[in-house]
Amino acid sequence: MIRDITLGQYFPGKSPIHRLDARTKIIATFMFIVEMFIVNNFWGFVIAGIGLFTVIGISRVPLKFIFRGLTAVFLIIAFTFIINLFMFDGRILWHWWIFKITYEGLIRACFMVIRLVLLILGSSILTLCTKPIALTDGLEKLLRPFSRFGVPSHEIALMMTIALRFIPTLMEETDKIIKAQQARGADFESGNILRRAKSLIPILVPLFISSFRIAQELALAMEARCYHGGDGRTRMNEIHFNKEDVVAAVWMVAFLGIIIGSRFIR
Amino acid sequence: MRYNKLVMNKEKNKTYISVHNLIVDFTQINEEGIEEIKTRAIDDVSFDIEKGSFISIIGMNGSGKSTLAKCLNGLIEPNSGEVIVDGMNTSDEEHLWDIRSRVGMVFQNPDNQIVSSLVEDDVAFGPENLGVDPAEIRQRVDHALKQVDMYDCKDKGAHMLSGGQKQRIAIAGALAMRPDCIIFDEPTAMLDPKGKLQVMDIIKELNREGITTILITHYMNEAEQADRIIILKKGKVYSDGKPKDLFSNRRLIEGAGLEMPPLIDLRDKAGLPESATTLEDIICLLK
Repeated sequence: MIRDITLGQYFPGKSPIHRLDARTKIIATFMFIVEMFIVNNFWGFVIAGIGLFTVIGISRVPLKFIFRGLTAVFLIIAFTFIINLFMFDGRILWHWWIFKITYEGLIRACFMVIRLVLLILGSSILTLCTKPIALTDGLEKLLRPFSRFGVPSHEIALMMTIALRFIPTLMEETDKIIKAQQARGADFESGNILRRAKSLIPILVPLFISSFRIAQELALAMEARCYHGGDGRTRMNEIHFNKEDVVAAVWMVAFLGIIIGSRFIR
Repeated sequence: MRYNKLVMNKEKNKTYISVHNLIVDFTQINEEGIEEIKTRAIDDVSFDIEKGSFISIIGMNGSGKSTLAKCLNGLIEPNSGEVIVDGMNTSDEEHLWDIRSRVGMVFQNPDNQIVSSLVEDDVAFGPENLGVDPAEIRQRVDHALKQVDMYDCKDKGAHMLSGGQKQRIAIAGALAMRPDCIIFDEPTAMLDPKGKLQVMDIIKELNREGITTILITHYMNEAEQADRIIILKKGKVYSDGKPKDLFSNRRLIEGAGLEMPPLIDLRDKAGLPESATTLEDIICLLK
């Protein structure tokens, strides 16, 4: 399961979605996230779903990759579903001891799950179709106007680049530590939740130590390659808006209108 | 590379890096809050490196070879003594970036020196820091990737590569800065035999193209490929000379806690004279 998080894993391609400027895609994703909270009925989700799957279709990223991101957060989704299912008063559908499932609760639970799934799918499109560097470049450029208010846009972007770069490395490291601890007789699979949580400590402590070591080595390697902050830095791939971004922007605005409109469908 | 053959030959015997009476101490704060010397990592080391040469620095663990390497491009500031790179002192803040752009460095762990997830973006990191023009960066990146034979992988994710391939990307990252000199700090220590060979081939090829090469290693069979071997022991220069001079002196090498390369071991087991130090010599004697 540990290898399944697609967030931050670029899927190389040459589709129109890949070619869009990262800033367009970041804004689009942000808009999509907001739109998911504007939606107040199932029709809105149907429309959002159609929109999302059209984008997935255009991006030509295999569905397998897109849904892989969901498996990692499956627990959170299941948890949300259950909490919502039992916590609502209303017409009782099923009843046992102190547990009851209401019609409203069921609707609410489905609603929240669809919202979560669409949110995750929507944001994984961004990371699947955008090179991490382009993503952070875009973010840096979007944040640059705020640097006058003290927002360290270059540093934030670099931190993200490095975080994305080291996700696979740290996962390998975690795998290695888990295996090493298991070889010493550590047991991660049995016992109650508290015991299992406690058994994570022998994984987390070495992981922390090794990530500090990695950070130190990386900092040295970066200094050896003349890194000295964002001043005077250039970029190999300068990003700029082009015609496709304008088309995308038109679609984004239209989509926002439709989603707002969907609130009034009965 | 940047220099044509004629200029290269003319400059070949010029000193490029010179190290004078270098001392590096690792300090620690003791219980009374006073800084005290824990170990002397480099102890009064001096030597010169000629432009275009290929030298190896070899020694046991803890002999100070990595510390020495980090002094050569100003990653570590010496406690005393100085390192002069192409006329510039590494202790001089003003020249620091200039020095590091001329003296590239490749580290031991292939994973922990790659900054960006995408191969070509990582190679571009150095020239981007130098503020090179975007079109020029693209050209440098493509050229550097071709030099290490990784051009086909330029769009790949760094985590999808093998250790040897990652190390070649790291070399390309150093090359893209167009350095005069590259320091390799145990570049093959974490690689499989095939990766080791490939990386060594690239190192030798780059040296042939005129890049001053400094190879830090603890494998004698890698060190022997250099023109000159410096052996470090407890932070001091224990021996400094041509490989063939070293290989005729078993006591010297074993005194530094090192092993002879397999060929020389074979020579001594066969009872051949110590003056035979190359494969050709040994074949000649055996005939």
